[in-house]
Amino acid sequence: MFEGWDAVVLARAQFAFTMSFHIVFPAFSIGLASYLAVLEALWLWTGRDVFLNLFQYWLKIFAVAFGMGVVSGIVMSYQFGTNWSAFSDKTGPVVGPLMAYEVLTAFFLEAGFLGVMLFGLKRVGHRLHFFATVMVAIGTLISAFWILSANSWMQTPSGYAVNAQGQFVAANWLNVIFNPSFPYRLVHMVLAAYLTTALVVGAVGAFHLWRDSHLGGPRVMFSMAMWMATLVAPIQILAGDQHGLNTLEHQPAKVMAMEGHYQSHKDGAPLILFGLPDQTAGKVKFPIEIPKLSSLILKHSLDAPLAGLDTVPRENWPPVPITFWSFRIMVGIGFLIMGLGLFSLFERWRGKLYQSPLLHAYATAMGPAGFVAVLAGWITTETGRQPFTVYGLLRTADSASPLASPAVSSSLIAFVIVYFAVFSAGVIYILRLMAQPPHPGEPGLPSDIPARAAGITPAAAAASAEGAVG
Amino acid sequence: MSVAIDLTMIWAFIIAFAVFVYVVMDGFDLGLGILFPLFANKSDRDVIMNSVAPVWDGNETWLVLGGGGLMAAFPLAYAVLMPALYTPIIAMLVGLIFRGVAFEFRWRTTQSGRNRWDLAFAGGSLLATLAQGIALGAILQGIHVEGRQYGGGWWDWLTPFSTLTGLCLLVGYALLGATWLVMKTEGEVRDRAYRLSWALVFAMLGAIGAVSIATPFLSVQYAQRWFTWPNVILTAPVPIAVAVVTAMLLRSLANRQDYRPFFLSLALFALSYAGLGISMYPYIVPQSITIWQAASPRTSQIFMLFGVSVLIPLILAYTAWAYWVFRGKVRPESGYH
Repeated sequence: MFEGWDAVVLARAQFAFTMSFHIVFPAFSIGLASYLAVLEALWLWTGRDVFLNLFQYWLKIFAVAFGMGVVSGIVMSYQFGTNWSAFSDKTGPVVGPLMAYEVLTAFFLEAGFLGVMLFGLKRVGHRLHFFATVMVAIGTLISAFWILSANSWMQTPSGYAVNAQGQFVAANWLNVIFNPSFPYRLVHMVLAAYLTTALVVGAVGAFHLWRDSHLGGPRVMFSMAMWMATLVAPIQILAGDQHGLNTLEHQPAKVMAMEGHYQSHKDGAPLILFGLPDQTAGKVKFPIEIPKLSSLILKHSLDAPLAGLDTVPRENWPPVPITFWSFRIMVGIGFLIMGLGLFSLFERWRGKLYQSPLLHAYATAMGPAGFVAVLAGWITTETGRQPFTVYGLLRTADSASPLASPAVSSSLIAFVIVYFAVFSAGVIYILRLMAQPPHPGEPGLPSDIPARAAGITPAAAAASAEGAVG
Repeated sequence: MSVAIDLTMIWAFIIAFAVFVYVVMDGFDLGLGILFPLFANKSDRDVIMNSVAPVWDGNETWLVLGGGGLMAAFPLAYAVLMPALYTPIIAMLVGLIFRGVAFEFRWRTTQSGRNRWDLAFAGGSLLATLAQGIALGAILQGIHVEGRQYGGGWWDWLTPFSTLTGLCLLVGYALLGATWLVMKTEGEVRDRAYRLSWALVFAMLGAIGAVSIATPFLSVQYAQRWFTWPNVILTAPVPIAVAVVTAMLLRSLANRQDYRPFFLSLALFALSYAGLGISMYPYIVPQSITIWQAASPRTSQIFMLFGVSVLIPLILAYTAWAYWVFRGKVRPESGYH
């Protein structure tokens, strides 16, 4: 199937494939965990059943999505070693501890409280249960902190030295963790996760309102989601712009690829809206461009000079067509989300938020858009970093395991088959849950096992607690 | 220099601890999957699933810590072992995917769909266990290293010895699963779990015996470690303790003390694990790379030690709390979904 393919290309395809599947689940569960915490807080605060119903409704969806995130995440944590062992040896002393901290501060927190969050409402009481929900939500955010720190270090390495074995070694951990691109990437990604979840929640609400505008639960979730889109989409566009300026400072070649600037421009670079980047010819064919706008956006001056890829050695060029197009998809969706937020604000002002079929159709169609934007954004930043794994310091070709192509291609085929079989089933189950509107008295996951089962002596219970400690 | 050596030893113990916690916690969890086909009744299967559903995710997090921690603390070992164990690791990951999603998926589908996910749960558990056992055997039998990379072939991991360790781990995890069911269930399921436990204890003894006999033949160093004076003072108590624990385990099964067999099975695992440690020390990649050669630089060791010393006790505390919340017997009538 992959005869003649280079093992490094196959390893990259495998990483891209497994990562793209994986990123979808955390992006959703970061947002959804926070949303669940908000719903439970509102329920405890107001006592209104509608919030409990919505909590139970989304909790079932969260359980399925979280499980898929866990298993696809385990794959990621071993793939560094299986397919990128040279990278692991060289960057392990720097990137490894960041990921170890992610496990220790985030994964255990999520996993430890997830069981209580899913099944424990009747066992531990409302307050302790809310505490568990909040812990899971915080865990997802801490996880984003560490993994984005590690990724950002690979994009904009700082605070390191190189030892005699050729390994990167931390010289200053604070500089490693808070490397130049990290704050921007963290804000941009967490907002993306929140928007992605808001779009899903909004789409489910809109879908049910479309059919019956009187349903209480869908009204509440739709209104909440549209507030999120209205308020956060403009902030996200601003955050993205700042992130871009940071990239221009530290990874100029990536911005050149995003903009399609093969050529340097001495007095004002045009903004190429669309066109066909031709990597071999080193130019964008059939460009539709606005003169000088790129300089205005990136340098805040119409006539500012902007360097192009012609100033970068050819062997250091990122693959422009992919970076160029994925960037446009991300930005396009960003503006569609802002449009949705503004439209909903207009309908809200008219008092028609729950009776606007056009708005509901728009919101339903936008349901998966957040995932597409997240994937496009990651493809932009990861392909734009090429041909390096650690930007400017370690080439992708020098990062791979000493593997023969057949080993990598067979594992790639295995992952493709398994992921499509397993995760498409999961997505179908989630869509089935979403196809039903939340009902009053929504049954949740929580078990009704009596907290004190007969025949349990304290000694026996202590013994089972010991089992946890192992 | 002495401080650096101490840190590396500490890290070797931390990683060994994480792997051990993983082995026993996901061990019973995977063991339930291995035993799953023997319980055909739907309500029995629901009980088995419910007994572990709230905690399985935490159990597998120790595997992520083992992998991530190894990369952080012993990057060279991680970089050599993962390509060397390429196929078993990929097989394990695929197995874990199938069994992991089954926990939720089987409640979200029809009867025939549920049968499919039950099969995925059992098959995935079996595959993951076999792969882990084979990986263990492949490490023990030695790995060919060239420079800072794996230098062997793609089928080096598959030998009679690694197949033996794979099968032995199946027996071991099944024993943990059976004694877990003895502890967590009642009635017919528990009765069958008791009968299974009896058979599995003897199978486990055979497994420990077989690996113990085969290991010294792998290399002179293993034989010297175990059978030369004065090492014998250190190594002799291990088989004696195995015999004592096994006797206690059999007695607790005979007396039907529901909670004891599981913890005594854990003790058997701990002893086997200590035996492995005695064989391997001070190598992290046997015969090739010692823990000191593979260790991360001091800055990384110290940076992580801060976190580990605070966080591991905290993690153990709230994990214990989660188990405590879901303590007691699981009943079929207690609805889960």
